[in-house]
Amino acid sequence: MHELSIAMSMVEMAAEEAARRGGARVHAIHLKLGDLSGVVKEALRFSYAVACEGTPLEGSTLVIEDVPVVVYCPECRAETALASIQHFCCAACHAPTNEVVRGRELEVTALEIE
Amino acid sequence: MMSTEPRLVEVRQKVLKQNDLLARALRRRFREAGVFVASLVSSPGAGKTALLEKLLTELRRSARVAALVGDLATDNDAARLARSRAPVRQIVTGTVCHLEAAMVESALDGWKLDELDLLFIENVGNLVCPSSYDLGEDLRLVLMSVTEGEDKPLKYPTIFNTADVAVITKVDLARAVEFDLAAARENIQRVRPGIRLLQVSSKTGEGMNELTEFLSSKAAQTATAG
Repeated sequence: MHELSIAMSMVEMAAEEAARRGGARVHAIHLKLGDLSGVVKEALRFSYAVACEGTPLEGSTLVIEDVPVVVYCPECRAETALASIQHFCCAACHAPTNEVVRGRELEVTALEIE
Repeated sequence: MMSTEPRLVEVRQKVLKQNDLLARALRRRFREAGVFVASLVSSPGAGKTALLEKLLTELRRSARVAALVGDLATDNDAARLARSRAPVRQIVTGTVCHLEAAMVESALDGWKLDELDLLFIENVGNLVCPSSYDLGEDLRLVLMSVTEGEDKPLKYPTIFNTADVAVITKVDLARAVEFDLAAARENIQRVRPGIRLLQVSSKTGEGMNELTEFLSSKAAQTATAG
């Protein structure tokens, strides 16, 4: 359960960023969350609410954009989304591949500030 | 009263940026010192410490080896590993369920890295959280023991996918627990195609030669590259 420390760094980062841009309150954080990030979405949502308490982010919303895993296939050169995270293979030609193009993201993309 | 609408500002910032930067700095430091760094991850009880004790004892004959070992409480593991007579330091993480680059950096304080050939970092027993944190290592080994069941890689695909080497441990017990080695190997390859796969028994020594030779050759490559 490392989601709490991740939520706390997000809140800290957002508060700093908002202050830097002259905003007093943060209404929402937009986050890209890859299926291979190692972060559990439900645990992150719960931790986020806890981490926001007593900060300029209290009551703010966490907007999560899920990023499915996309792999590049060296056999047929296609970029395809994995049908299952339990099977790393090309969706087009079914060759095994570990060339992950997307899906490891754990990235704050935007803030809604006031 | 003046009221303003919330405005959307683009940020694009990795949440673990601090850790990533620190890990990158560590990796550079390791490279400059010519030390090869391998980390070990697994669930609790998969045999990381037993394997590491054997590895340190074996590799000490021909190389300068040391280990950092992470645990939530106790320094029992460091005491066990000290029997190998290699330098060992415990990182007690408290309530933190994984190692972070900053913990590795502070644990290295006072160590002369250029006097080492090979450094092991044993992570906290956990198959989930360590996957998100780069520690600056050259190689990540994921261990699974035959008592855990063949489908472990399918249950924890992320950690297996981030590893460079998979080691099936306690193979001396495989028959007793009716462990299907072929199925386990197939499952590991499904979640991490092309991974180097080894099987060992720290108890009987089976497979240990292959693993130590593999690590020694990796370390030798690092030394020449540095």
